[in-house]
Amino acid sequence: MAVATTSTSSLPAATGRSGLRGTLVSEWTKIRSVRSTYWTLLVLLAVSIGLGAAISAATAAHWNQMAPSDQATFDPTQASLAGLFFLGQLVIVVLGALVLTAEYSTGMIRTSLWAMPRRSVVYAAKVLVFAGVSLVVTLISSFVAFFLGQALLTSTHHQAALSGPGVMRAVIGSALYVSLCGLFAFAVGSLLRHTAGAITTVIGILFVLPIIAHVLPNSWYHTVERWLPSSAGNTISTTVGTPDHYLFSAWGEMIVFAAYVAVLILLGATWFRTRDA
Amino acid sequence: MIEARGLTKRYGDKVAVNDLSFSVAPGTVTGFLGPNGAGKTTTMRLILGLDAPNSGTVTIGGKRYADLANPMREVGALLDAKAVHGGRSAYNHLLCLAQTNGIGRRRVSEVIDLVGLGEVARKRSKGFSLGMGQRLGIAATLLGDPKVLMFDEPVNGLDPEGILWIRNLMKALAAEGRTVFVSSHLMSEMEHTADHLIVIGRGKLLADCTMEEFIARSSGQTVRVRTPQPELLAKGVTAAGGSSVADPPGTLTVQGLSAMQVGDIAFDSGVRVHELSVVRASLEAAFMELTGDSVEYHAEMPAPVSAGMAGRN
Repeated sequence: MAVATTSTSSLPAATGRSGLRGTLVSEWTKIRSVRSTYWTLLVLLAVSIGLGAAISAATAAHWNQMAPSDQATFDPTQASLAGLFFLGQLVIVVLGALVLTAEYSTGMIRTSLWAMPRRSVVYAAKVLVFAGVSLVVTLISSFVAFFLGQALLTSTHHQAALSGPGVMRAVIGSALYVSLCGLFAFAVGSLLRHTAGAITTVIGILFVLPIIAHVLPNSWYHTVERWLPSSAGNTISTTVGTPDHYLFSAWGEMIVFAAYVAVLILLGATWFRTRDA
Repeated sequence: MIEARGLTKRYGDKVAVNDLSFSVAPGTVTGFLGPNGAGKTTTMRLILGLDAPNSGTVTIGGKRYADLANPMREVGALLDAKAVHGGRSAYNHLLCLAQTNGIGRRRVSEVIDLVGLGEVARKRSKGFSLGMGQRLGIAATLLGDPKVLMFDEPVNGLDPEGILWIRNLMKALAAEGRTVFVSSHLMSEMEHTADHLIVIGRGKLLADCTMEEFIARSSGQTVRVRTPQPELLAKGVTAAGGSSVADPPGTLTVQGLSAMQVGDIAFDSGVRVHELSVVRASLEAAFMELTGDSVEYHAEMPAPVSAGMAGRN
């Protein structure tokens, strides 16, 4: 069989040096060319919007049976975002962990690093593309869940408006928080290189750690809680009532969580650069 | 041009590659031979920088792999055809690789046609047969039209047609002036493909020579004589500077002399000869002898087939 590999009319001469730009495009191709991405993101949208709508509708239906104190502390914004918070967060954690661990489990990482051996570039491209995708999807979920939830709560006359105090912060901040959870999972995945291990660890930290912290004596708990990643989610989505005084402000808690994520991502980058692939 | 200098790689306390130095020249197919576990894959991983060596260096055209401006245009490497995400189509797999090096879609389509995957390009690769997977892997190596190509055990598990295709491809690539570095644990695979051989065992270099040199060196040919007077002939052989073994009785295996010399000695000493033949060692046997001590796991072997197992000096 003739192998006309020298006919390279379709391969113009190289210009410059391969780097982040091409790798970003490549990572975008990777993420959009597997079905699991679409399924996962579809599930994220469905559960986030669906659960938020269900909670809002159920509250509206039982509104008149609720105690006035419950009515007063009811947070319509947080209720409409509950789906994104609990289920959406789980989904994004899975997706985030898979960004790198799937490359290890399939062996694709060896092919990827042959194509682009500058590992910082590969790592940065993965972080940026995943962060971009998850931000877009969580923002869509967040806004749609908010508007749908408020529409379903109209009959209670307790629905929130975007212009209300803290509401815009809660809607955008929730999307940011859930995206950070995804990046958190990505970073843990890059350290553990194991899908199930990464997902279990992250869920343990985000969902189980707060429960364990609750069992601690009150004085300890109050010291510990402000440093928990999950506290960022709780405070950023709260628009009714005053937050617990032992917590940082909503954005303060977000900065704590973002700092954790940043440290883990940098640590992951260092390991990714230096460890054998 | 690939150049390794003093490459050493340990995994824990196991030395996978031990002070390995060699160079791979352009324009030829260089066979990288060694038994399973000899360190061939590790060496290739070190060349690509997938693993970092404990000591030593390896460069491609004088540069570390990670320092090449456009790596895929310099080196096409296929270490494991299964190292793909099976959920991605062949086209998208190649596209995402091409994009990292700024290689366009037209080239992607071109290499797909080149390896004959046109009809399944849009199908997910998890349904591919071994042969199709191998073709996909090879298509990837050709994307950047690289000067250096490296294949790790490329014909493992392929059918005869696939094997022939890969052999011809490797020869064609070398004929175009490229450096082709291909590993195998079977001498028979290299016999018809490689011009140059690098043989390793237990991570150490055992031989680095042309195929002709390897053949010349290993076919330390012997002459087998069937005669009712082996003792008499053996005396003549020794006198002429050769050596011989009488095994089995009535057969003398002579080393260090040509068939013509042995025939003349027999005639001169009046020895009756019933059969006289040249026994040439097969390359496979020579390779096995060379690497025999370095095989990781020995199976219980039946008594070796002595015929054809020529001695090497």
